[in-house]
Amino acid sequence: MSLVVAKNLKKTYVAGDITVNAIQGVDFSIESASFVSFVGPSGSGKSTLLNMIGCLDPPTEGTLQVADNDITRLDRREAARFRGENIGFVFQDFNLIPVLTVFENVEYPLQMVQNWPAGKRRERVQELLEAVGMADQGNKYPGQISGGQKQRVAVARALVTKARLVLADEPTANLDRETATRIIDLMKKMRDEFDTTFIFSTHDPKVVKNAEIIYTLEDGKLIKSQGDNGGHHV
Amino acid sequence: MYNIFKLAARNLKRYKRRTFLTSMLITLGVVAVLMFVSISGSFKTMMIGQITDSMLGHLQIHRKGYLASIDSLPLNRNLSSKQVAKIEQVLVDIDAVDTYTMRIKLGAMFSNFAETTNIRLNAVLPEQELNTVPLLSERIIQGQAAGLIEKGEILIPELIAKGMRVKIGDSIVLVANNKDGSVNGLTLQVRGILEGISGPGGRDGVIHLEDAKTLLRITGVEISEIAIRLKDMNRLPQTYADLTAKLSSIKNQQGQPVFEVHTWEKLSPFFNIAKMIDLMTFFIRIMLVAIVLVSIMNVMIMAVYERINEIGTIAAIGTLPARILGIFMVEGFLLGVLGTAIGTIISLVAIASMNASKISFDFGRQTGLLLAPTISAGEVVVVVLTVIGIAVVASLQPAYKAAKMDPIVALRHV
Ligand SMILES: Nc1ncnc2c1ncn2[C@@H]1O[C@H](COP(=O)(O)OP(=O)(O)OP(=O)(O)O)[C@@H](O)[C@H]1O
Ligand SMILES: [Mg+2]
Repeated sequence: MSLVVAKNLKKTYVAGDITVNAIQGVDFSIESASFVSFVGPSGSGKSTLLNMIGCLDPPTEGTLQVADNDITRLDRREAARFRGENIGFVFQDFNLIPVLTVFENVEYPLQMVQNWPAGKRRERVQELLEAVGMADQGNKYPGQISGGQKQRVAVARALVTKARLVLADEPTANLDRETATRIIDLMKKMRDEFDTTFIFSTHDPKVVKNAEIIYTLEDGKLIKSQGDNGGHHV
Repeated sequence: MYNIFKLAARNLKRYKRRTFLTSMLITLGVVAVLMFVSISGSFKTMMIGQITDSMLGHLQIHRKGYLASIDSLPLNRNLSSKQVAKIEQVLVDIDAVDTYTMRIKLGAMFSNFAETTNIRLNAVLPEQELNTVPLLSERIIQGQAAGLIEKGEILIPELIAKGMRVKIGDSIVLVANNKDGSVNGLTLQVRGILEGISGPGGRDGVIHLEDAKTLLRITGVEISEIAIRLKDMNRLPQTYADLTAKLSSIKNQQGQPVFEVHTWEKLSPFFNIAKMIDLMTFFIRIMLVAIVLVSIMNVMIMAVYERINEIGTIAAIGTLPARILGIFMVEGFLLGVLGTAIGTIISLVAIASMNASKISFDFGRQTGLLLAPTISAGEVVVVVLTVIGIAVVASLQPAYKAAKMDPIVALRHV
């Protein structure tokens, strides 16, 4: 069954008398546990699309289903709750909370979003830190680790709640090529380990190559899709 | 909840200098209020104590109209024995009344055999008088204080002692007109010198009631005023109302009330000073509230502005708006608690050390009054709760702004 289904999805921004048709009617469906990338030139609508899938920005038109929920008409609270339960986020600028340690950053969604009990929390955070190779850095603060390490922590934070879908808008834009590749490899490994669906955007062709399904956007339209549309494969 | 506090505390630590400055401002305000309340409060209590316990008593009863003409110390407005008996009947029934004393107030000529001057006198029964105004004996700056006064003796105010060059043991003569206008004289021995205090009656001499009766040729009972001491000063308003109600029901043939009752507040001009002090305390409190409100709001607005990206992040990953509101409110709350805690500790230590170092001050002609500032636990609690409450209120608006921020807009903010 498809995890994300978009039909005739449109997003129009109106600012004063300027109207921008950022997404102009796209259709796609993404299967569970797939590893998907949206690519396209700057301004093509990648972020807009990811924000809609991530329940951060409601579509102007069309339908969008994520994990069997129609997410086109959620209010702010419902959307926040839905994100907290189903979606993990990885950001371009890592966006770790500077006053919390690596461990506490990964723990944050379990404590402040999902209210896990302390014991289970510790176990789960440790598991994730090990999975991303940051287990020995738990007591450091974000200011004390490198960009690549920060993004590993961010991936751990996105996965810790057992989210079914992780969205990453340009997760490697602030990393050097080698680190970028490692982060994408890590995400793929996480997909294999936890069966989580990953959707990320990039305009780096080297990074794109690692995706299993590639959607190409241009001027808010899907102009190409490559890879296995039937879901994830071995 | 614990985590919200941890997050708030860490963020306060992150901007150490700002946190320090803001909490110092609050500390300063709290110290100012607590110190002012405590010092002015103890000054007030002491002055009121001085006035009520060495001179006026808490309440006074006179014949109707006496107080209006008290400057001339009219003997024809004294209470008769029947009237005194009625008052005593009423007083017995009022539980709050501790004790009372009866006085004849009179004006006389005071002569040291060389010069003559005017003197105002309180004629008293020493035992009753000391029970009602126990601090009176402390005002005896020369001579034997114990026992206050005996027949044939006089306590003279220090101004007259100086002006007339009279010493303890000297004989003096009092000459007075009685009610009918005839004149009589009485020789008395100076027993002691009385310190003057501000307010009406503060510069009166003291003689024994029996001597006054001899001097004024009074047979039977005639009393100018009855001064009353209460068991607890806090019961003053209630007792006053009670006493007024009971005494005003006693009317003369013309249907007019016979008696008048006054509290010390009506009798002493210091009451206005006391009210001034209360007013100043009120304004200082208002200033504290303003300081806390403005400083916390300012800091919290800045805190929200600086952390827009962080707010976007936690909102995106699913933190509910109410919790974001909580994070910032707790931060303001902790800032208030920090400033208040330090301020309260400093104030209490300062008050304790002021008491330990026995600072004295002068008021009017009185010197060497000991400053013993005290503050009630209730007062501290009120100030603490006010400041913390205001801190929370002040962070409400910025916190609300953070809570309703759109995650996409916040994340895009640089
Ligand atoms: N809030 C907004 N208001 C108005 N226009 C917007 C808004 N957000 C995006 N747009 C416009 O929508 C279009 C798509 O923007 P989007 O950010 O999705 O592109 P992108 O593919 O992510 O680009 P980049 O690679 O530079 O990140 C652009 O023309 C952009 O200017
Ligand atoms: Mg973008």
